[in-house]
Amino acid sequence: MPAAGVVLIVAVVLIVLALVYYLVSTIVALRQITTGLDAAIASVGEIVEKTAPVEAVVKDINRNLDAGVDLLEGLLVKKAGLRDAMGLVDGLYPGAAADGLRNFPDSSTLKPPRIAEVYTKGTLTLARLGREAPIAAVSPSGPVLRNVEGGSLDARSLYPETRQARPERLPRSPVIGTNAPVQYPPSEQRGGTTPDDAEIGEKGPWAETAAEGIVPAELGGSDAPRELLADDPELDSSALGETTESDAPATESGIDRSAGDEADATSDGGPEVPEGAEPDLKDAAAPPRQVDVDVDEGS
Amino acid sequence: MTLWWIGDVLLLVAVLPVVVYLLKGVLDAARGIVPSVRRIGAAAEAGSRDLDAVPLLLTTQARVKETVEVVANYGGSLDVIVDDAEED
Repeated sequence: MPAAGVVLIVAVVLIVLALVYYLVSTIVALRQITTGLDAAIASVGEIVEKTAPVEAVVKDINRNLDAGVDLLEGLLVKKAGLRDAMGLVDGLYPGAAADGLRNFPDSSTLKPPRIAEVYTKGTLTLARLGREAPIAAVSPSGPVLRNVEGGSLDARSLYPETRQARPERLPRSPVIGTNAPVQYPPSEQRGGTTPDDAEIGEKGPWAETAAEGIVPAELGGSDAPRELLADDPELDSSALGETTESDAPATESGIDRSAGDEADATSDGGPEVPEGAEPDLKDAAAPPRQVDVDVDEGS
Repeated sequence: MTLWWIGDVLLLVAVLPVVVYLLKGVLDAARGIVPSVRRIGAAAEAGSRDLDAVPLLLTTQARVKETVEVVANYGGSLDVIVDDAEED
C-alpha cells in the first residue's frame, strides 16, 4: 500500500475517533439533562397539585377579612363620626389617615384632628369607646396616660367652639369639703337643712330620721371613728361631700323672692289668644259646683 | 498519487479540525445545560417542599372565619352599648 493510502486511513480513523468521543460525551450530557428535567417536572407537578386549592381558600379568607374591615370601619365611623374616626386612626397609626378608609372615599381628604397629641393609645381608645369609661391617672406599666392638669383644656382646644373664649377663671363655687369654713358630721348633713326641734315638731316624727342621719355614727356611719369604717381611707368627707349651710345666693343677682308677688293669673296665665278670637264659652252655662256653693254659704 | 496526497492533507488540516470544532461546540452546549437543569430541579423541589404548609391555609381559613364572627359579635355589642356619633 502506498504511503498516501496509509495516511488517508489514519486521517479517517482520527475523524471517526473524534466523532465517537464528542458524540458519546454529548449523549451523556443529554441524558443528564433528561434526568434533571424529569426531577424538575416531578417537583413542578407537586407544586401544581399543592397550590390547586389555594385560590379558593385565599379568596374565602379575603372575603371574610373584607367583611371584618367593612364592619370595623362602619362601626368606627358610626360611633366616632368620620372626622374623629380619622383622628383616631391617625393617632394609633401615624400617617394612616392619609390613605383614608376603604369604604369612605371622602376620608382621605379630611384633615384629622390631632387626638393623639392629647391622649395616648390606651386612653384614646377608652375615651372614645366608652364615653364614661374611667381613665386611669397613672398607667400601671408606664408614664402618665393623660395629662390630668391640662388634658381637658388640650382636648377642648382641638375643637374650635365658643367655650374656649370664656374666662379661664370663673367665680368659684361656695367652699365645700374638708376645707369648708363650717364642718358638719356627714351623718347629720346629707343635703338640705338639718331639722331642728321646731322643724321636727312641725313636720312630725319622720323628720327625726334626717336629724339622725341615714347611718348613725355608732352604727358605722361615714363620720364614725376610722377603726369602725371599712379599709378605704380615700372615702373620707372630701369624697362624700357636704353642703355649705350658707344662705349666700349661688348666682350674682340672687333669687328675687318678690318676683311672683305681682303676678295676675287672669292676665299672665293661659295661652296667647289672638285678637278677635271668640272666647271659649262652652262651660259658661254650667251651674256652679256644689262644693263652691257650700263654701260661699258657709262664709 | 499527487491528488491522493492533496486529499490526505485536506482531511488532516481542514476536515478533522472543523469536525472537532463543531462537535466540541455541541458538547460544551450540552454540558452547559446540565447545571442549569439541576438548579431548576433543586428550585422546584424546594418550592414543592415550601408548599407543604399549604394545608395550614385551611386552618387559617377557619380561624379567620371564627375571628370575624367574634369581631361581628363584639361590634354588635358595641353598637348597642355605645352611642352613635352626633351629627355635625
